[in-house]
Amino acid sequence: MKTYVLSAASAIAIAATGAAYAAPEAEVLHYWTSGGEAKSVAVLQEEFAANGGTWTDMPVAGGGGDAAGTALRARVLSGNAPTAAQIKGPSIQEWYQEGVLADISDVAEANDWANLLPASIASHMQCEGTWCAVPVNVHRVDWIWANTEILSANGIEMPTTWDEFNAAAEKLQAAGIIPLAHGGQAWQDATVFETVVLGLGGPEFYQSALVDLDPAALTSDTMVAVFDQMRTLRGYVDDNFSGRDWNLATAMVMNGEAAFQIMGDWAKGEFLAAGKKPGVDFTCASTPGDGFLYNVDSFAMFEVDGDDKKAGQALLAELVMGPKFQEVFNMNKGSIPARTDVSLDGFDSCAQTSAADMTSTSENGSLLPSYAHGMALFGAQAGAITDVVTAHFNSDMSSEDAVKMLSDAVANSM
Amino acid sequence: MSKWLQDNMPKIVLAPSFVAVMVFVYGFIGWTAWVSLTRSRLMPRYELDSFIQYERLATSPRFETAMVNLFIFGTLFIVIAMVLGLLLAILLDQKIRTEGALRTIYLYPMALSMIVTGTAWKWILNPGLGLEAMVQGWGFESFEFDWLVDPDMAIYTIVIAAIWQSSGFVMALFLAGLRSVDEEIIKAAQVDGIPHWRVYTAIIIPSMAPIFLSAFIVLAHLAIKSFDLVIALTGGGPGYATDLPATYMYAMAFSRGDIGQAASSAMVMMLVVFAIVVPYLYSELRVKDD
Amino acid sequence: MTDISHTRSPSMARNQSPTVKLVLRVVLYILLGLFALFYLMPLFVMITTSLKSLDEIRTGDLISLPREVTLDAWKTAWATACTGIQCEGVRPFFWNSVLIAIPAVMISTLVGALNGYVVAQWRFKGANIFFALMLFGCFIPFQVVLLPMARVLGIMGIAGTIPGLIFVHVIYGLGFTTLFFRNYYVSIPDELTKAAKVDGAGFFRIFWSIFLPLSLPIIVVTVIWQFTQIWNDFLFGVSFSQAGTQPVTVALNNIVNSTTGVKEYNVDMAAAIIAALPTLLVYVVAGKYFIRGLTAGSVKG
Repeated sequence: MKTYVLSAASAIAIAATGAAYAAPEAEVLHYWTSGGEAKSVAVLQEEFAANGGTWTDMPVAGGGGDAAGTALRARVLSGNAPTAAQIKGPSIQEWYQEGVLADISDVAEANDWANLLPASIASHMQCEGTWCAVPVNVHRVDWIWANTEILSANGIEMPTTWDEFNAAAEKLQAAGIIPLAHGGQAWQDATVFETVVLGLGGPEFYQSALVDLDPAALTSDTMVAVFDQMRTLRGYVDDNFSGRDWNLATAMVMNGEAAFQIMGDWAKGEFLAAGKKPGVDFTCASTPGDGFLYNVDSFAMFEVDGDDKKAGQALLAELVMGPKFQEVFNMNKGSIPARTDVSLDGFDSCAQTSAADMTSTSENGSLLPSYAHGMALFGAQAGAITDVVTAHFNSDMSSEDAVKMLSDAVANSM
Repeated sequence: MSKWLQDNMPKIVLAPSFVAVMVFVYGFIGWTAWVSLTRSRLMPRYELDSFIQYERLATSPRFETAMVNLFIFGTLFIVIAMVLGLLLAILLDQKIRTEGALRTIYLYPMALSMIVTGTAWKWILNPGLGLEAMVQGWGFESFEFDWLVDPDMAIYTIVIAAIWQSSGFVMALFLAGLRSVDEEIIKAAQVDGIPHWRVYTAIIIPSMAPIFLSAFIVLAHLAIKSFDLVIALTGGGPGYATDLPATYMYAMAFSRGDIGQAASSAMVMMLVVFAIVVPYLYSELRVKDD
Repeated sequence: MTDISHTRSPSMARNQSPTVKLVLRVVLYILLGLFALFYLMPLFVMITTSLKSLDEIRTGDLISLPREVTLDAWKTAWATACTGIQCEGVRPFFWNSVLIAIPAVMISTLVGALNGYVVAQWRFKGANIFFALMLFGCFIPFQVVLLPMARVLGIMGIAGTIPGLIFVHVIYGLGFTTLFFRNYYVSIPDELTKAAKVDGAGFFRIFWSIFLPLSLPIIVVTVIWQFTQIWNDFLFGVSFSQAGTQPVTVALNNIVNSTTGVKEYNVDMAAAIIAALPTLLVYVVAGKYFIRGLTAGSVKG
């Protein structure tokens, strides 16, 4: 039924725009397949269709985009690139250097993107002066989620330092509750790791260790302390965490099996999709410490032939940055709009906190790219760090050995 | 049909396959070798650099784990699958009434992709949901089976699932072998009063040497190519404790954007394959040339 | 049991008493039964889980039978489960797999038969080298060929299409199909070909009227092997498809990974079984021919 309505709408739209206009077409490669995510993409698809476009969905799930990355490389090499694909961070510039991305500066300039986006986020979307990608949202990574009922039942406040967190966890453990819901996939270990680096070391340390890869920072005592804290956290996770998906860990917090989860705000999308209310059923707070780690999802457009596809790219870029989409999409997904002029009235308290923090951290220089989510480093370097983090987290390795391994791995990945 | 055409027909028939193999196997191996000497990152590049990728490979603890895992996994998998396959074949060869059904039961895992059965295995092996929870639920509180989440033991769960999948095929090979042993020899042995088990150890099994070789080659091929299995069961985890060279290579090429590194690990894999296959080919073709 | 001749009878040693004989027999059956349980367990878990409701899965245990059998999960998996934003279940992808697997199996089997026939019966100079090269090709890890293959498919203009996927499967199936047929034909005496040649039969005539009629067992083995490999393939499927040509394994992966807060194990399992049904059916129906085919010579190496 829905499809009939949509195609009717697109028929009208086509009629309205006239015959000279090629009907926009887009084949979109993405890896948003979990509940809140899929719902959010559906919003975009509907809007695309309502504007006369034909959206072909090409989802490739699994492994945080690994399989999607495989499909994308194979398709670009074969000269059969999708119209648009979900890629982000420095890999946008890497793809650009391969000469396969389309220039969308026309759309960007016509819509004044430069003034609508925070400077650090706009810089991710530009390749050598041209616009080469369109941001969908800003996820904050350094969030800690809690089951409100468990916290109040055990007399626990949201922790503001890692010591407080550890104390709370001990208390919960004594009460027979799993303190930390965690999924055993390397990127999840990395997510926790970077929030600990930010929390224990502060924004400057984070910048030099995980963005600039300064050897002095990587081998510092602070880094040893970070690994010590990772070892402590390992003790708060249940034994069955290996291989668990992040959203199942979120479900553990929802169902009261576990108290906390450290995860980006896409976890909120899962809470909301399950009908839970922020502040009532679950509580959000930034992880202990200052700063803001961002993870920006974006679409890059690939060089394609055919006016219909080019029209599709222009339409897609315009819609993605459009205020309506930015608002609706991000409400579903748990993130906040990338453009700063969208009213946040309809958003929940967590998103409002996030937006306020983004503005303030942007001013004081502690708005930082997430390494774990491919915003700070090239894949090879980020991967080398993640290898060490996950190897340490899943073994008895000492923190000193981990630090040694970390600096070796980073040097080896250059 | 002209005389020339007729004389050369065999070659003409082989020609497309020959071209295909030269391009799609050897050409691609050559391509990989070339790329392994470059600094290719996100996409392949073709400026030769140095042996830097191999140096990086040599110092990578993760690749070392992957190679050790391949050795543990490959050895256990091949030995156990062969022993189990042979045992099942011999047991089934005892005039079993339900042989047809049993054979199908032993063989069916081969029909399923690990993408399919991985879901079930993951569940069965998960201590909180599967076997361990079930047995504990029966009252055996001290029962423990948490290999899947134990970095030191997780590789053995991969072995279990792989044996489950492939041992039936080995059974089929051996059963076929048992059935094609010359009966006269066996009858003669029985007339001489040689015990039943001795007939197997002294006559039948030695006569199946070529089948052992075939089974070994099939299993070695499966072991080296094992990929779906690891991805579906552990995703290489906990940490990277269950990484194999194939998954290492895949991760480097497709999630890390480190194609040069992937190519060099692929070349190391090809060397392992070479070391296994060449002796086999040598023995195989030497015999046939006689 | 009618399929395999039991002319040989390994008699139990004559000096055993009937009691010992009986005990041995019972032990034998128990052993066989235990192994059968090991092999059946995952399938059993998959089937029972797919027939349970989510509530029952949460409260029940792994191997308990469903208290209430429900086919809802199967219906969902077939027609309405979401793979991304498209919620059409595995149905459309299932047909893609059929369209890929059937031609690919047929072509690779036919070409493999011709190759095997040449290598085994028309041994010209270099035929063995050809065979060795071919065999080595069986071992190439498929991850290695993804990127260059993508380029070649692009040049050929069949990237992302079903013919493209068929092409890839045929190319990388040839090694095994040639191996199977070669090992089978090598045991057929040369005299047959020679006599036919004297009678004036040509290359194809000999193949068509002498070899092909003898080949049923090995054709069955090859078809089963190829069908299983191609149907179950994920790596090529995910790399060389585009929207609309993705095979069922890719859809299955998407379904299993498309979870909301609750993981719908029953739908995952039902989808997994549906994806596996064709190959399962082939093994159950043609399994006995499989062993017969292997017995008929392919394993003699």
